[in-house]
Amino acid sequence: MTKNLRVKSSEYIDETNRISFKFNGRTYHGFKGDTLASALLANNVHLVGRSFKYHRPRGIMTSGSEEPNAIVQVNPGINRTEPNVRATEVEIYEGLEASSQNCWPSVEFDIGGINNFLSPFFPAGFYYKTFMWPASFWEKYEFFIRHSAGLGKSPTSSDPDIYDHRNIHCDVLVVGAGISGILAAKNAAKNNFKTLLVDEKNELGGSTIFENNEFNKIDNKTPSEWLKKEIKELKNIKNLEIKTRTSVAAYHQYNYLLARENLTDHLEAKDKTNKIRQRLLKIRAKKVILATGALERPLIFNNNDRPGIMLSSAIKKYCEFYGVACGSKNVFFTNNDSAYESALSLYNKGINVEAIIDIREQSESKIVKKVKEAGIKVYWSHTIVDTAGYKRLNNISIMKLSNDGTSVTGSKISISCDCLGVAGGWTPAVHLYTQSGSKLKFDEEKQIFLPNQNTSEQISVGSCGGDFKIDEIIKNLNQKLKDNLNIKETDLDNIKVEIDQENSKRNIWLLPSDKPLGKTKPFVDYQNDATAKDIKLALREGFRSIEHVKRYTTTGMGTDQGKLGNMHALGIIADTAGVKMGELGTTTFRPPYTPLTFGTIVGRNVGKFFDIFRRTPMNDWHIDNKAEFENVGQWKRAWYYPINGETMHQAVQRESKAARESAGILDASTLGKIDIQGSDASEFLNRVYTNAWSKLAIGKCRYGLMLNEDGMVYDDGVTTRLGENHYIMTTTTGGASNVLGKLEDYLQTEWPELDVYLTSVTDHYATASLCGPNSKKILKKIIPNLDLSDESFPHMSFKEAKIGNIQCRIMRISFTGEHSYEINVQASYGKDLWEKCMEAGKEFNITPYGTETMHLLRAEKGFIIVGQDTDGTMTPIDLQMDWIVSKKKYDFIGKRSLYRSDTMREDRKQLVGLLTEDPNVILEEGAQIVSELNQSPVEMLGHVTSSYFSPNLNKSIALAVVRGGKEMMGKKLFVPMENKNINVTVANPVFYDEKNERLNA
Amino acid sequence: MFLINCPYCGERDQQEFKAGGEAHIERPKQPTELSDDEWAEYLFMRKNIKGVQFERWNHAHGCRKWFNMVRDTSNDEIKAIYKMGEKPPAQ
Ligand SMILES: [Zn+2]
Repeated sequence: MTKNLRVKSSEYIDETNRISFKFNGRTYHGFKGDTLASALLANNVHLVGRSFKYHRPRGIMTSGSEEPNAIVQVNPGINRTEPNVRATEVEIYEGLEASSQNCWPSVEFDIGGINNFLSPFFPAGFYYKTFMWPASFWEKYEFFIRHSAGLGKSPTSSDPDIYDHRNIHCDVLVVGAGISGILAAKNAAKNNFKTLLVDEKNELGGSTIFENNEFNKIDNKTPSEWLKKEIKELKNIKNLEIKTRTSVAAYHQYNYLLARENLTDHLEAKDKTNKIRQRLLKIRAKKVILATGALERPLIFNNNDRPGIMLSSAIKKYCEFYGVACGSKNVFFTNNDSAYESALSLYNKGINVEAIIDIREQSESKIVKKVKEAGIKVYWSHTIVDTAGYKRLNNISIMKLSNDGTSVTGSKISISCDCLGVAGGWTPAVHLYTQSGSKLKFDEEKQIFLPNQNTSEQISVGSCGGDFKIDEIIKNLNQKLKDNLNIKETDLDNIKVEIDQENSKRNIWLLPSDKPLGKTKPFVDYQNDATAKDIKLALREGFRSIEHVKRYTTTGMGTDQGKLGNMHALGIIADTAGVKMGELGTTTFRPPYTPLTFGTIVGRNVGKFFDIFRRTPMNDWHIDNKAEFENVGQWKRAWYYPINGETMHQAVQRESKAARESAGILDASTLGKIDIQGSDASEFLNRVYTNAWSKLAIGKCRYGLMLNEDGMVYDDGVTTRLGENHYIMTTTTGGASNVLGKLEDYLQTEWPELDVYLTSVTDHYATASLCGPNSKKILKKIIPNLDLSDESFPHMSFKEAKIGNIQCRIMRISFTGEHSYEINVQASYGKDLWEKCMEAGKEFNITPYGTETMHLLRAEKGFIIVGQDTDGTMTPIDLQMDWIVSKKKYDFIGKRSLYRSDTMREDRKQLVGLLTEDPNVILEEGAQIVSELNQSPVEMLGHVTSSYFSPNLNKSIALAVVRGGKEMMGKKLFVPMENKNINVTVANPVFYDEKNERLNA
Repeated sequence: MFLINCPYCGERDQQEFKAGGEAHIERPKQPTELSDDEWAEYLFMRKNIKGVQFERWNHAHGCRKWFNMVRDTSNDEIKAIYKMGEKPPAQ
């Protein structure tokens, strides 16, 4: 039987809408408006998880995104499951299921709980110290750790939901819709700033919306009543967009923020379908107003982690907002007045408050008096020295604090209770502020880090800026708005505020117990089980930097990033080391503030939208003819065209033979094409290529090699002179955009005096490369009136022609060594051109071939492929291409580097051919080459860069780079493989038709 | 993610731009006259300053123009942007 702990209908809970949900397999009921945490608490369920290291029972601690304990797996076992979700942030809906994490076999009986009793053996750094030695034991440790530590389970099938990205540009972004955020957004929008207000909760108003302290008044109303009226008015304001359930995850430079908008997580399964689940908002704001509020601090005392021990402010929120009593015998433990507000909230609703333990000597504020008048016992100058109750708190022991706060005196008082609210003061939520690059300073009086130096257009208002009382908040907000937005009047000028003054403070980071520290468990980081004694141990072991202590003890390293305990960790370090907190610095808060799902991060970029790809105009033909494709840069290129169940090898052998014996056709549309015009175009080419261009006649083509300034080969391709001041350059497929970028760079920054214009026309032309001894006959059939004689149209020349009405550019150039034509037409005619070639070539058995055959054919000729036979360390000399390097030209890109002592070394790796002793053995590309087999260590001479079985030569061939290879012609070398050594001979890299007789065949 | 004020297009998101290393390193007019050391100085040596640095940037996914930027690398504050060929602002 679970007790129902609903106290009174709250306006935020719809008691007419009863919802059933499951937690750890058991069915419970809650109402629309509940979070999983509030609904569980209403059912008297506090125990929701186990801690990471000691597997101690842990309960719901907070009511927000700072929750360290109530980490659950939502909808376990289905494809929508999500691990590491905070129960305090899950809105319940009919059919919701959730389960505890980090416990096995169940949260009630947990095997790992034995670690708790062994905890003297699990001090800070235990994992580092123990599991690293001996190294061979790691596998056993790993098995144990992985089995017992659970950080949730990822879904095993694909995510059914849709995610989205949206860019937002606004004048003012307000983060947080508490009282400060609402007033800031309202005044910004009213002053014609395009304003966006976001809040992670589903309701506006922050904690002020349930602030009913009768001693605080705004315009004679309670803060809650007054704020509700303000929120109503927001609806009528233009220029204001409000997004709830939207949590800002990251604040980058130049006011660029990422937020996650949650759209369907609160809906039943049937209503989630086909809707966008979460949207990543990419916000660029001219000004950012941070109104992220403050997080209540716990107090650090012995056994402060039992289920039933919660933040005082959370108990108040559960009571006022959700109408839930977290306990029936409540005690508060505090160092400030806010616990009295919580106590009074409970008291006013008829919930029993046993006592308040206050470490201060006294407080004279009105609310404290009111609590005393209500008959609630207050223990001044007392501290809790221990707590009891394994799965639920049932008792606390308190003692009197010494004057200096470091020890306890007198006799122990025992108080029976089932819920303890702790109130350790407030920490401004400065996480986003520091992410933006802005700096904090420590306020010694308030004992908090406050915004100090802003680096971008931003302000922090309300409690995240250090203002906690409503009068300060409104006064300072008003001034900051006027200064930052440059406005003269605001709504806030005439607000009357009365508040109850707090007049006594006492802060002790680590509260003493009657037991020595070593025998106690004062938890600082609940999620990672780091205690105050771990931190002190780290200091004793010599750690000084806060970042080191953090990693050694794992304090603040959990999914909650230590939102609750980081300040205490710093305080304990400062007290122990005897330095001021301001001098320690704070640890860095890294994005995301709250975790993001992978779905939100990738948005629509899934499946075929994962990466951009490009298809040629002939693509449909390749698909219809069953081509296999390969990725070349962003392009999908036809790789080979298997027929009748051929393997890749069989298809490539057939295609390669056909191209040399009769006719082949290749889709070369992907080659980069750059149109170069201007009166200095020839001079420009002279400077970017290694060879000379001035004398190239109009209508002629020339192969060019482009170097980097370091002398290494960068790209290659054929450039054709179309007119006096007009060239078309081709580049490698993968290098096209980089080459254009490099040429533009030189033109704009080094040679702005040159009259040259560059235009990328890669996508504008489709190219069919027709090759083989019958290519001329085929072209003749397509364009009968074109003179194809060697005199009129020799190798390395260009003609313009028409195929029907289609204008085309034809280059007689060859990458295979065969008589070839590259026919270029406007891209939209590409498929038409291809089909015409296929039709005309039918009688010659024209064979379409893909990139693999192209690679094989050029390798037979010893033509390099930049990026395969070169790797950014090869000069033209290394490639045995000295012939292309002009000796006459005064300068070209990379020339000077060819005369550096290093590039002139004789023993550089040089391109050579390799032939295997057994002609049927095909070397592996990338295989290493050696000259001695029994050497140790073995000296690597180089590696194989290209390797094929040549059907035209009926033997295997390979290109390789070998140290000093030029001088090794005929030398026997070895390619050692896993199971054998392959004997090879260094050969001329031109294996086929060395005299280039086939070009004119 | 910076917001960069391209001198030709106006403010654009950093993802439209490409960084191009240290600015104001002129390619030698007569490379053949240089010793190996002098050439290596031009070719390989670049500053990596914590603080104010002069850099080249290219609006690669926009107007494709190169320009110069003065940036404080310690906080990524962009202090000035000016066109190629213009004199750097006095610091
Ligand atoms: Zn631009």
